[in-house]
Amino acid sequence: MEYKDYYTILGIAKNASQDEIKRAYKKSARKYHPDVSKESNAEDKFKDVGEAYEVLKDPEKRTAYDQLGANWKSGQEGFQPPPDWNSGFEYHGGGYTGGANEAADFSEFFESLFGRRGGQRNYRARGDNSQAKVFIDIEDAYQGASRSLTLRSTIMGQDGHPQLKERTLNIKIPKGVKEGQNIRLQGQGSPGFGGGQAGDLYLEIGFNPHSTYKVNGLDVALELPITPWEAALGRKVIVPTPTGKIDLRIPKGTSSGKRMRLKGRGIPGKTPGDFFITLEIVLPDTLSDEETSLYQSLQKASNNFNPRAKLGE
Amino acid sequence: MNNEINALLSGIVVEEEHTLSLAELCQLCVLPAEQLINMVNYGVIEPLEGGTICSQWVFSTTSLFRVQTALRLQRDLDVNLEGAVLALELMDEIKALRQNVTYLKRS
Repeated sequence: MEYKDYYTILGIAKNASQDEIKRAYKKSARKYHPDVSKESNAEDKFKDVGEAYEVLKDPEKRTAYDQLGANWKSGQEGFQPPPDWNSGFEYHGGGYTGGANEAADFSEFFESLFGRRGGQRNYRARGDNSQAKVFIDIEDAYQGASRSLTLRSTIMGQDGHPQLKERTLNIKIPKGVKEGQNIRLQGQGSPGFGGGQAGDLYLEIGFNPHSTYKVNGLDVALELPITPWEAALGRKVIVPTPTGKIDLRIPKGTSSGKRMRLKGRGIPGKTPGDFFITLEIVLPDTLSDEETSLYQSLQKASNNFNPRAKLGE
Repeated sequence: MNNEINALLSGIVVEEEHTLSLAELCQLCVLPAEQLINMVNYGVIEPLEGGTICSQWVFSTTSLFRVQTALRLQRDLDVNLEGAVLALELMDEIKALRQNVTYLKRS
């Protein structure tokens, strides 16, 4: 199995004091806590950090670990603790303190050194709820979709050792969901104890960024580029929406930034959201001589129009 | 790898409009009522109605997530309930701000 360098995991030197260990742990715990962390793999890192602290905070375990790991580097494969390696050490402390590590499952590496935590729960209890996030596209919110989700959880194997189990769930995403909304899957959370019910799985919906559309709750928005003449003269144009192309009438004399609302064309629901189109006037990068000359004529003809009058220009 | 029957699972969408009684919240959070009442006292969650009579309290479904987050913060980061409430409020604000920024950023 893989050797874990607990000092590297906490970012401290091998001769760190107990205070330094505690500080490093608390800092890392805050950084990697899944509820607040922005890091990928936060859950795994949080688990590693907790395990490292569990060992290093207890002077007895720390000594035993230091002795054993003197010649090993983190991640090195082929580690095996020698038989009876920890004879001569007596772990006086309960060792498995509460707090963060009460619900934790330790790695195979930890278990090989310090054994399984004693005192299996032998009362009947409902399993914990668990949470995951599932990403869908905006179109999926309109039509519904099914998503495959692979979850990794640690369960107690038949031999009594914790095992990492992967399971894949096929989940139906109903139409009309919005960002941040949760879907509750009963009984798909952590298994119960002593025959107790399994907890629930809560899936939070997130949207993948889309090249064309933006979402805000049930509303969907699009920026539509138009030409100066379309803005000035008005025009019927074709606009894409998540449910297909539509015709849009650009009114005469439209300025850049004008927002048009298509009621009820947002994400479906009891009260469906709206679809907003913001018009943006764009120009080609270069103008031909003829175009330039025409614009100059336009400038002469529009002398009375000063959009910066209010600014005192 | 486990051989799971990959049936299509349909969950229940947790609607904002749905409400929970104190008893239902206890069941979903797997917590005794005393602990939930304590959370109300600290401001982690607030009943939508029911005044001071616990049995009449009605909670929004978001209460469930607030309770679970508060429990995790307490357990994992040694935060007390006052700290947990502050953290929850800041997390809500950050979430809203992030959504706003994404929406307002020009593509």
